[in-house]
Amino acid sequence: MLALSNLRAEGDGFVPPSTNDFNLPPIFESVSWFTKPVLLVFLSVVVVSVFFILASRKAAVVPSKLQFAGESVYAFVRNDLARDVIGHDFMRFVPYLFTLFTFVLTNNIFGIVPLLQFPAMSHVAFPYVLAIFTFFVFHYVGIRKQGFFKYLKEIAFMPGVPKPVYILLTPIEIATFFIVRPLTLSLRLFANMFAGHLLLLVFIMGGDYMMHDSHLIMKLFSPFSFAFGIALTFFEFMVQCLQAYIFTLLTALYIAGALADEH
Amino acid sequence: MTGTLNLVGFGLSAIGPAIATGMIFAAYINGVARQPEARSVLQPIAFLGFALAEALALFGLVLAFVL
Repeated sequence: MLALSNLRAEGDGFVPPSTNDFNLPPIFESVSWFTKPVLLVFLSVVVVSVFFILASRKAAVVPSKLQFAGESVYAFVRNDLARDVIGHDFMRFVPYLFTLFTFVLTNNIFGIVPLLQFPAMSHVAFPYVLAIFTFFVFHYVGIRKQGFFKYLKEIAFMPGVPKPVYILLTPIEIATFFIVRPLTLSLRLFANMFAGHLLLLVFIMGGDYMMHDSHLIMKLFSPFSFAFGIALTFFEFMVQCLQAYIFTLLTALYIAGALADEH
Repeated sequence: MTGTLNLVGFGLSAIGPAIATGMIFAAYINGVARQPEARSVLQPIAFLGFALAEALALFGLVLAFVL
């Protein structure tokens, strides 16, 4: 919607899409923080809540189509993500994992829904917040399970390693648990959504530019650019589902790692 | 023609993760072909490895824009 109106604003000569295409203006002039990504995040919360409330309201033994759809998503998160990765005592974490999965998935898919067409996760702040949640959840779980000092000791001094190796291993382990894990978790989601949106912008904006070019040959080739944009939209759909899956899978793995007894 | 050399550097740095991703999925396909029952065990491992390898390429992409 807004991205399309940006297209014409640039003067002559093809201007490739850049990070500026991600800084959208506020929807209302007076409220500076209320931009399109913020609106989409609110919308995703409403969509997810309404969908799952409707799907679970009239639960019956013979499910309706809606109930079946809702239960498939739930069963996927519970069985394939939580149960297979965390193992016994997984039910405690299903609500968190399920919320995370549906929220990320909905926001990602907004990137290719016509008229919305903007993945909110391509603004790095949103993945950061989700990664901070996961960071606190898996450390909290580990501390509750093993006690504060024992948990830190397990991280810093992995058992079953010869003593001199600790000089090398301890800094790496500490950095992994407290810096690398939350950072990679959030940056992976952000960069995927960012790169995907940029890729679509390149082909759609390129097609638009070629269509308005004065040369006939450019006009003739512009449909190919649009066709490629459509093909990549389907590719993006795959990437968006995959990234929601990976985000939840990694969260489950971190929780499982914090719960596991060493030795 | 103007542009930034960062993107050339990013292109070069993406070679490593590209090879890594190929190797991960080659191993996954091999594993499933040899033992189809092992699919559900191998799948999270394959995607985890893929995500870790791909993260490197994406950090390069982010840095290419940031620096």
